[in-house]
Amino acid sequence: MIRVALPYHLRSLARVDGEVLLEVESPVTLSRVLDSLETCHPVLRGTVRDQISLQRRPFVRFFACKEDLSHHPPDTALPDEVVAGKEPFLIIGAMAGG
Amino acid sequence: MSRIKVLVGTRKGAFILTSDGKRELWEISDPHFAGWEIYHLKGSPVDPDRLFASQTNGWFGQMIQRSDDGGETWESVGKEFNYEGVPGTHQWYDGTQHPWEFKRVWHLEPSPADPDTVYAGVEDAALFKTMDGGRTWQELPGVRGAKGHLWQPGAGGMGLHTIILDPNRPERIFIAISAAGVFRTDDAGQTWRPTNRGLKSPYEIPDPEAEVGHCVHRIAMHPSRPEVLFMQKHWDVMRSDDSGESWREISGNLPSDFGFPIDVHANEPETVYVVPIKSDSEHFPPEGKLRVYRSRAGGNEWEALTNGLPQRNCYVNVLRDAMATDSLDPCGVYFGTTGGQVYASADGGDTWNPIVRDLPAVLSVEVQTLP
Repeated sequence: MIRVALPYHLRSLARVDGEVLLEVESPVTLSRVLDSLETCHPVLRGTVRDQISLQRRPFVRFFACKEDLSHHPPDTALPDEVVAGKEPFLIIGAMAGG
Repeated sequence: MSRIKVLVGTRKGAFILTSDGKRELWEISDPHFAGWEIYHLKGSPVDPDRLFASQTNGWFGQMIQRSDDGGETWESVGKEFNYEGVPGTHQWYDGTQHPWEFKRVWHLEPSPADPDTVYAGVEDAALFKTMDGGRTWQELPGVRGAKGHLWQPGAGGMGLHTIILDPNRPERIFIAISAAGVFRTDDAGQTWRPTNRGLKSPYEIPDPEAEVGHCVHRIAMHPSRPEVLFMQKHWDVMRSDDSGESWREISGNLPSDFGFPIDVHANEPETVYVVPIKSDSEHFPPEGKLRVYRSRAGGNEWEALTNGLPQRNCYVNVLRDAMATDSLDPCGVYFGTTGGQVYASADGGDTWNPIVRDLPAVLSVEVQTLP
């Protein structure tokens, strides 16, 4: 199972506490994780990536294993630790600054 | 006895304030959609338990929420606001043309006849309509056909913020857009034309009397006289007696004719309320005194309403959608501030009391008068 950590705003929208656990077909890529997330929680469609272009929204970041995957292409394979469920895939609302 | 429900949208959630018809004791809800900007929420006149809310933030975009039980529970409905066809372009800050881009829903206007029909005013300025309770939204693209290529966003964004449905003529709708002006349709939204004759904006646009480009902040109508409209413009308070065909200034003795909201008394169509703000550069009340101004003469002669409002060191603003009236007699008047206070008057503005003082900055206030 893939562990996905959502930011507060999206947890409240999806009405989940803690991490979301997702079944994702191998190879586990960025886009497959997001596809699975949106299938399990349709309310999140459009909140992480544009519904039509599937482009990441500008102020959303993807982190895993201390790496920033935000600018990686959608077919990027996620780290083994994430695939094995040892580490979460983090969806982050970018720092607002200030 | 009647009940009053005040629907408050803020920078960090929605709040529902309830009272009986005396409007003395209020219950304040916990925040709905905590942490999200709620630009506007409004109830259906046909089914007051049905509420719609525009929920948005810079990270995760736009949501539309619907409640069918008066705000106890909410359901996320459709949030796809796709411009019809090839969106085209409007004026950009650097003089080039810029493609229309959806940013957020500023205002939701439920139909007075059908609980499933709602209009949504959005930024970049466009009008959308749902006829299935919010599941799907279709643009009325004729709005942007009304010289949309000449519209240019102001600093606050190019939002379609006011939607007024004529109670006597369902095919007639008025809308207002920041930095563009007022527009009217007489064929249920197919075609639109600018209705800005009489507006003068010498400090905002090169041709002060241009057909479009005026920064209209808000318009208001009394349902018994739909041909009479009142307007708070960027500068100037205006009035039209011919359904927007022409406008004349009614600022009269106001200490400043800059401001955002304008509203009409529920039972006296010639009684109008504004909240003067010092200037376009200083968005707070003149002299640090929060004063609502009331005209009982349809404009020009204004009286300051101060009883219960802070009369020193007050530097809040009242945004365009943050004032509303109930329909009781005497009429209740309500407004929210960027400082998080919601003030209520149960006597048409003679005296004011804060319902709540420390909410997040208030973006919108709507009132439901319930049996």
